[in-house]
Amino acid sequence: MKTLKEKLFQYITYLAALFTILCMLAIIFGIFREGLPLFRVVSLKQFIFTNNWYPTHAEPAFGALALIVGSLAVTLGALLIAVPLGLGSAIFISEIAGSKLREAIKPIIELLAGIPSVVYGLFGMAFLAPLVRQWFNLDTGLNVFSASIILGVMIVPIISSLSEDALSSVPSNIREASMALGATRSETIFRAVVPAARNGILCSVLLGFGRAVGETMVVLMVAGGAANIPTSIFEPTRPITSTIAAEMGETVVGDLHYQSLFALAILLFLITLATNLIAELVFSNRRR
Amino acid sequence: MRRRKLKNTLSTVILGFALLVTALFLITFLVHMFYKGSMVLSWEFLTSVPRNSMTEGGIWPALVGTFLLTVLAVAFALPLGVMTAIWLTHYGKPAWLISILRVAINSLAGTPSIIFGLFGMAVFVNIMGMDVSVLAGGLTLAILALPVIINNTEEAIRTVPHEFTEASLALGATTRQTITRVVLPTALPNILTGAILSIGRVAGETAPIMFTAATFYSRKLPTSLTDEVMALPYHIYALMTEGTHPDKQVPIAYGTALVLLLMVLLVSATAIYLRYLFRRKKQW
Repeated sequence: MKTLKEKLFQYITYLAALFTILCMLAIIFGIFREGLPLFRVVSLKQFIFTNNWYPTHAEPAFGALALIVGSLAVTLGALLIAVPLGLGSAIFISEIAGSKLREAIKPIIELLAGIPSVVYGLFGMAFLAPLVRQWFNLDTGLNVFSASIILGVMIVPIISSLSEDALSSVPSNIREASMALGATRSETIFRAVVPAARNGILCSVLLGFGRAVGETMVVLMVAGGAANIPTSIFEPTRPITSTIAAEMGETVVGDLHYQSLFALAILLFLITLATNLIAELVFSNRRR
Repeated sequence: MRRRKLKNTLSTVILGFALLVTALFLITFLVHMFYKGSMVLSWEFLTSVPRNSMTEGGIWPALVGTFLLTVLAVAFALPLGVMTAIWLTHYGKPAWLISILRVAINSLAGTPSIIFGLFGMAVFVNIMGMDVSVLAGGLTLAILALPVIINNTEEAIRTVPHEFTEASLALGATTRQTITRVVLPTALPNILTGAILSIGRVAGETAPIMFTAATFYSRKLPTSLTDEVMALPYHIYALMTEGTHPDKQVPIAYGTALVLLLMVLLVSATAIYLRYLFRRKKQW
């Protein structure tokens, strides 16, 4: 009787673990099943390298280059803002601030990381975009620039909390040795501590990239939505995620347009998967 | 030497400046949201239904919808996540299965939320025929919350000292008894704070419910799990991008956003505070 209960309990936990793996497989299977049929009509090369996204025209075209460039543009813009701010904050918190300030800031960063993206989207749309339009005298404030700012601020907590972890796990004898050699604090920080935490910092940037490239609501609301390759940062753009979210409602289940949006999802999934795997490699390097 | 000192001061100032800019932006954001939101916030706003094609009235159906979706998601994800974490920490054989599970958990955690939405739409709504419903949305959100809950539970279980499990096993308790009577009760506070944190996360998600659960406009509350619902995050998005009276809709969107923001911040702050209390009280 006792052994039966033991076995049963173990079996249930085993099934739960298998089910978790199954969830991941089901997601992959689900998006590939719906998205791959597109490539019977459009070649992969056409899909990725041509710039003509006209899914609803009488002669539909599915060249997603503008969407891919749009995603990369807002993501790089976001990183340009988030890496200096996040990393700078992390170094300040870990190396310069006293332990009291650190104890107060860490939970605040954790709280900020949980702010819903749709609220940031509203803020970007109703507050930032009109300001940007006024400052730079533009037709619309909904563009790469505004989207990058909001997206950047959104991923600052991720980058700063992970980099802070990496910095504070640098053993203190490295700092002490550097100071003992007569280095100033800034020399210690930039020549001893940051290089030692390099992999953890790189990891935080990669995860920030993954988060920004997959973020939907902010770009959907703030990036403007024109499916062109932006020629300046003040032009609207339409990243992969906002294309999926904006157009899915217009499709009929199983038609080419529907399949093309799932094909975009496959592309997005592969990008984030690759980012995660690289981050994991970098991270396991650090542990070794 | 003076140049080096100057450089030192300068870099300290620049680093502090990074923190200051971030803080200023976030304070502007929060003050703006509170200011604009509080202008429409009232008891009536919370408890009445939307009227006049979303240009008047309150957000009661959206509050109820978000509550239902969140409860359903956590009800699915918590037992599954805890059980998976137990297998991972106490049984975990064979080793290759652990590696696969770890890759699956990390990939789930890194997958963009819109992909969960597409998956839910393709599988729950279309293939399994659940329609756009609380059930389909709740299940989609559950998969989204799963990696968060597994990671938190695993961490909680790993903080239980080895002596506890060894003492229990030495007294003749079986592995199952040790897990259910020693490990889980000890880890419970941390497991629960992890679950509360995931509630905050789930309640604010928009992309996963767009095509699986949410509807723009509904005057009545859902009566069964197969009804579609309004939800706070989707309501904000819809008010800002659809409809014909932005002058009347934007203030309502701000009110809704403030409610969502307060809910999420309060829930997460509670979890963080509880975790702090438990850590201080911990006697081992």
